[in-house]
Amino acid sequence: MLRYTVRRLAQMVLVVFVLSLLLFAWLRSLPGGPVSALLGDRATPEARAQLEADLGLDQPIFVQYWRFLERAVTGDFGVSTGVQRGTPALEVFLTRFPATLELSVLALLLAVAVGIPLGYLAARKRGSWLDNLSITWSLVGVAVPVFFLAFLLKFVFAVQLGVLPASGRQDAGLDATRITGFYILDGLMTREWDAAWNSFVHLVLPAIALSTIPFAVIFRITRAAVLDVMDEDYVRTARAKGLTSMVIRRRHILHNAMLPVVTTIGLQTGALLAGAVLTERVFNIAGIGQAVALGFERKDFPVLQVVILASAMVYVLVNLLVDLSYALIDPRLRTR
Amino acid sequence: MSRAPSGQRRATTRRRVATVGVALVAAASLAACAESQRGAGGGEGGTFTFGAAGAPDGFDPFYASDGETFRVTRQITEGLVGFKPGSADVQPELAESWEHSPDGKTWTFKLRTGVKFHDGTDFNAEAVCKNFQRMYEQTGAGQNYALSYYWIENFGGFSDGKNPSLYESCEAPDPTTAVLHLTRASSKFPDILGLPSFSMQSPTAMEKYQANNVQAQGDSFIYPEYSRSHPTGTGPFKFVSYDEGNGTIKLERNEEYWGEKAKVKELIFRIIPDETVRKQELESGAIDGYDFPNAADLKALRDAGHNVQVRDPFNIMYLGITQKNNPALRDLRVRQALAYALDRETLVKANLPEGASVATQFYPDTVDGYAPDVQQYPHDPAKARQLLAEAGVPDLTVTFYWPTEVTRPYMPDPQGIYNALAEDLREVGITVNPVSKPWNGGYIDDVDNARADLFLLGWTGDYNTPDNFIGTFFGSTDNRFFTGASPWGQELADQLKAADSEPDEAKRNQMYQDINRKLMSEYLPAIPLSHSPPAIVTSSEVEGLQTSPLTAEGFASVSVSGQ
Repeated sequence: MLRYTVRRLAQMVLVVFVLSLLLFAWLRSLPGGPVSALLGDRATPEARAQLEADLGLDQPIFVQYWRFLERAVTGDFGVSTGVQRGTPALEVFLTRFPATLELSVLALLLAVAVGIPLGYLAARKRGSWLDNLSITWSLVGVAVPVFFLAFLLKFVFAVQLGVLPASGRQDAGLDATRITGFYILDGLMTREWDAAWNSFVHLVLPAIALSTIPFAVIFRITRAAVLDVMDEDYVRTARAKGLTSMVIRRRHILHNAMLPVVTTIGLQTGALLAGAVLTERVFNIAGIGQAVALGFERKDFPVLQVVILASAMVYVLVNLLVDLSYALIDPRLRTR
Repeated sequence: MSRAPSGQRRATTRRRVATVGVALVAAASLAACAESQRGAGGGEGGTFTFGAAGAPDGFDPFYASDGETFRVTRQITEGLVGFKPGSADVQPELAESWEHSPDGKTWTFKLRTGVKFHDGTDFNAEAVCKNFQRMYEQTGAGQNYALSYYWIENFGGFSDGKNPSLYESCEAPDPTTAVLHLTRASSKFPDILGLPSFSMQSPTAMEKYQANNVQAQGDSFIYPEYSRSHPTGTGPFKFVSYDEGNGTIKLERNEEYWGEKAKVKELIFRIIPDETVRKQELESGAIDGYDFPNAADLKALRDAGHNVQVRDPFNIMYLGITQKNNPALRDLRVRQALAYALDRETLVKANLPEGASVATQFYPDTVDGYAPDVQQYPHDPAKARQLLAEAGVPDLTVTFYWPTEVTRPYMPDPQGIYNALAEDLREVGITVNPVSKPWNGGYIDDVDNARADLFLLGWTGDYNTPDNFIGTFFGSTDNRFFTGASPWGQELADQLKAADSEPDEAKRNQMYQDINRKLMSEYLPAIPLSHSPPAIVTSSEVEGLQTSPLTAEGFASVSVSGQ
């Protein structure tokens, strides 16, 4: 188990290194660059040349990459040129990451809390109105773009009815204390209940919008897995042994059906990060999704590098955790 | 949606919510509570919340060059001179009066007395000199174009003498007299002192929080503590905090302000990069105003009861011409043919917002040196064809660049503008090869590297001098138009420099008028198209916002009712 973990971590380092090289080259091969974004219509050829030299963009690409590596080893990932100018890129990431994580976790919890029970019930009552309704709902969830749904939710509940905040993470007038950057957690830690609640309220609509795709996927996998397991011999054997249906459901059906569901949840992190880019735009949440969007718009190489590499690391780590939890759920995998 | 009194609002909100669901009821009542806590009392208090389009580049205006940063710092710091509300004309601000020597090299400012910086430091002549010396003595990363843009563009070099500087020295013979010495006369004086970059900041605070400590880190630089969290000026608002995670900047009223105190107690900027989101935030009542609303939204915003204020245009959009790669474009007759081919009247009517006008020269008539009698180029396709034939290029081919994913105050609809102009050119037999690229995704790069024969670009004036417009465009031969390819390129640059250095105002304006006439009849390095008035929108509860053609609005006069 330990050796396996170490090997996977080593793989992760390699993946991130190769990705950094590709990302670095790809970003610089795109047309335009930070200089245009910084100077725009005020650029003169002279200003442009000087700024390119100042930012080291006139050096050959491998020299630029080597410098990047040299500094990255010391924890210096460059300084933002567009998203949050003059702020270290790593700091930009650390300031914004909690916002995205808070949103993603809430969306995932929502998707799991609704998706698993509903998937289980739909499977148990196959063909019922509940089953059909849930399937339709999950189809809509996958088919409707996150962007559109976010817009619709916002228009109805924030703009028209005015019952939920239209955007942002917290009312500006609250003067809440910041500790971790996770606003709900900060509010609970400092006992500023209204701040915690206010942050939660701000997250309701974005989390619903972001949860639709993971919900649909989790629901369908759960339903299919439960259906599969229900027909297994060991379930029939358990029934024959006279076990209560409660025990059968918990120990046999749910336990075994959870394997593919856990994998699915792990795989949803990528979808969540992608969905966060759009959701954060609509609800104006200063998270890493917004940083990526703005970073591309303003060609902020340092921020894009840090955010994309860090997101990749998160993704790989989550997948590692999923594989490890797999081993915990399924004893057969531990011996390998 | 106007805001009902909170109690009533809460009741109607609850009624509506009953149909929505239990969880939302709780959220709704809380939202309503939060709503009622926003600000207290109207008129003399409350909060003005403005939707900003981007994060500021720190809060030290000297190291900034973009509008979103200045929008914030303008409320905090003031210059020796300011601009008359609603115009681009200079008026006294921290200096009550000024005079200059006959040669235009020595400027003596009489300072306002009894003014203090937000940290209690006295504003006096010594503080003025410390400010200018601080700007002049920048080193290392501080000389970076991305930081000291306005200094380099307006004053040139620094104290290390690598490049000539307009600035020579500053002296303070007594606390209320500051004397600035220049190396030559400049038409920019005293107007540039109204630019936010050259506004006065507390020497004590700048020293305490190491304002000059811009750290070069790798290929870039990190802003010092002063710029990030301690900007200290003399203005009507004081800096409170910048919450990067929440994208909010908070300022509070300066109760010791020397002039008329701000109407609102709190001024909040919320950073909302997406234009549609800004509009929705205004509609939901979460913000009280935002800038540069989309021209297509103006009518809907007005119909919804919001105040849409249209500023006087202080910008220019032009059809740029690069002479570098297409020798045919070095022939004046060809450039004139382009001008005759364009139907600018229709362009202004069909593609530009209300209040836009056709440009006859490279800046609006509110700027000094405007010549009413320049050569005109009415829409005349026959004349265009004739000129092309005379020049021997009846079948001229050009690449025509236009930007995507961007709107600028002077260019609200790049694609529509391109389509209209390209159609006009095709009508006179010119073959147009279109190239469209994102603004930061190759457009500016290609234009600067002379890859476009024709391109769309423009400029918003920083202050009211001709040099800020035509000096910026044609003041050197190494420019976007590649005027160095023509024998008159250097001549034009020399004339601009001579006019800028002429201390006598009447004579100087005469010189600029001459340049403008020549620009339109003999040189025509590009074709002026239009001046567009940018709009700013506030909710129906906002009063007292005085717009500025320089988009330099101060928010001290703003009050918000119904809070």
